[in-house]
Amino acid sequence: MNRIDQKFAELRKKNQKGFIAYICAGDPDLDTTAELAVALEKAGVDILELGIPFSDPLADGVVNQEASQRALSRGATVDKVLKTIQKIRRMECTMPIVLYTYYNPIFHYGLEKFIHDAKQSGVDGFLNLELPPEEAGGGERAMKKHELHTIFLVAPTSSEERIRKISKKASGFIYYVSREGVTGERSSMENSIESMVRTIRKHSRLPVVVGFGISKPEHVRDVAKVADAVVVGSSIVKKIGEIGKKPNLIADISKHVKSLVEPLRRPKTTK
Amino acid sequence: MRNPRPKIHKSKASSRPAETPGPIGALPGYQAPDAAGHFGPYGGRFVPETLMSALEDLTREYLVARDDRFFQRQFRDYLQKYAGRPTPLYFAARLTEKLKGAQIFLKREDLLHTGAHKINNVIGQILLARRMGKKRVIAETGAGQHGVATASVAAMFGFECTVYMGATDVQRQELNVYRMRMLGAKVVPVTAGQQTLKEAINEAMRDWVTNVRTTHYVLGTVYGAHPYPMMVRDFHLCIGREAREQVLLQAKQLPDLLIACVGGGSNAIGLFYPFLQDAGVKMVGVEAGGEGIKPGKHAARFQGGSLGVLQGAKTYLLQDADGQIMPTHSVSAGLDYAAVGPEHSLLRDLKRVDYTYATDKEALAGFQTLAKIEGIIPALESAHALAHAIKTAPRMKKDQVMIVNLSGRGDKDVYHAAKVLGLKPV
Repeated sequence: MNRIDQKFAELRKKNQKGFIAYICAGDPDLDTTAELAVALEKAGVDILELGIPFSDPLADGVVNQEASQRALSRGATVDKVLKTIQKIRRMECTMPIVLYTYYNPIFHYGLEKFIHDAKQSGVDGFLNLELPPEEAGGGERAMKKHELHTIFLVAPTSSEERIRKISKKASGFIYYVSREGVTGERSSMENSIESMVRTIRKHSRLPVVVGFGISKPEHVRDVAKVADAVVVGSSIVKKIGEIGKKPNLIADISKHVKSLVEPLRRPKTTK
Repeated sequence: MRNPRPKIHKSKASSRPAETPGPIGALPGYQAPDAAGHFGPYGGRFVPETLMSALEDLTREYLVARDDRFFQRQFRDYLQKYAGRPTPLYFAARLTEKLKGAQIFLKREDLLHTGAHKINNVIGQILLARRMGKKRVIAETGAGQHGVATASVAAMFGFECTVYMGATDVQRQELNVYRMRMLGAKVVPVTAGQQTLKEAINEAMRDWVTNVRTTHYVLGTVYGAHPYPMMVRDFHLCIGREAREQVLLQAKQLPDLLIACVGGGSNAIGLFYPFLQDAGVKMVGVEAGGEGIKPGKHAARFQGGSLGVLQGAKTYLLQDADGQIMPTHSVSAGLDYAAVGPEHSLLRDLKRVDYTYATDKEALAGFQTLAKIEGIIPALESAHALAHAIKTAPRMKKDQVMIVNLSGRGDKDVYHAAKVLGLKPV
């Protein structure tokens, strides 16, 4: 069974919502990425979304762009990211890992080879930012063969027709982009989240996670009322960037993430 | 208007005869892209989901407009009365005389309002945006020509306009930045990466993802996700259609050779496309060779590039061993881009169009030659096409005809070129 399915089954059993953390592989460097992954799991993160750095991250806001740049300037490559995931697995980290990527680095690596190598390295799924279901035919069979999940995005602008199309191709979970725009922190959350999540559930039985712009414990709490899991990225990445490669990095990030996960772990008071 | 019956040449002279054996074939039944925007294995729609609905709407709206007589009449009308079409096909007598070979005709897109072919596409797209009820347009720009065209047409239709431009390009095309500001556009310098066209497109895409419901993205070349490569091509077909009629009237024959520079490739496709079915008409796209074909020193995607996916399309692009996009260099900001329009990749596969390159030095020489012997200062982009014409014409026969697309004028480049050439005011 894929670790992602296992994780959502577990969460359901515990009647809990999941917490997904995004970091960019190689920022501040790949060894630290491995340490961060282990620390994030200990801090309560359920699924790790690991970014493959790319020179032209057009769906990302400035925080993630800069992280990508830092990672590339310190020599992160697709191959080294996969090796880092092997290392993370050797460090007894068992949480599901989803690779968050732009298309060109993996296309250039060779789609089939990438899927194969990613599976061997301990990856559980892919989230490709530039790959709508219409273009996703290429690696489909290899993904199935290796039991890897293809995570698709649904946006506030997606029509119901598109949601149906996406649902047919999606596996693992569906990622709802909470607002129109690039990644990055926002002070408030969109009102449309609840109705869009409801529409997605009409067409898919997969867990629905919500991300983009979620940066505060109260956002996490609110969004978790409607989603199966909540994704936080930029707020963590920004802190990693601010602290850099210092001895207190791991402890500070753990503390920050714990404060974000905490609203999901309080005993339920309402239905 | 009916065309006189074309006289088609059988014999061919070529700059690279070894690569083009036999007569140049037509492309019977050529139709691209398919409904999903694929040009053979190229093109497509590789964008974030947030933009997919907007691209679907745009495609639907464009296809309706394309068959709508009223829309087409309106489009033609603005091309004529606002932009200044048709542009002349000018026989460059002294250049022809100097090179002692083929007769050289220049398609004078440089005479259009705002100074380049770019305005054809901008008028089309802004008319479409108006039909779709959008109130705001955004654009990227390299050399600033597309930005100026967008700012102008936006002003004319009362649209709010923001133009993204790499900070390096803001410096080397300063004049165009002032023009855009005077036209009421907001110019946003982009400081990411190498601060040129590619980064400007990234930033424009980010704006579009954020404001997609109110904003139309006026992409400036035959690039990006479907329907852009098709739609932008269609809006530029006037270049080749006019040129075809004009050359048949003026030279009494079809041309033997068409030459155009290729950044994204919009002026080239506009000229080439109406001739694709004319057997015997050879076509050459000229990319930016920069300082020579060394990593990071040029923008010739068909020389140092390979298949990849960037900013919405699958095509040839310049990338490193790890699939990261490579820095590029060209003296001309408009050609300084890591990827080439997907239809060009297909036309190259089909061997219908040849692609070569001209270096910065060759382009600057072409720039000066045209200025001094024809009294026309070309854009540095178009100077790449001229550089190839200068190389090729002497090897052709005197009864052969070539058309060079003079895609833009060089006013914007005067300051930059003077610096590069070491010219002083006195």
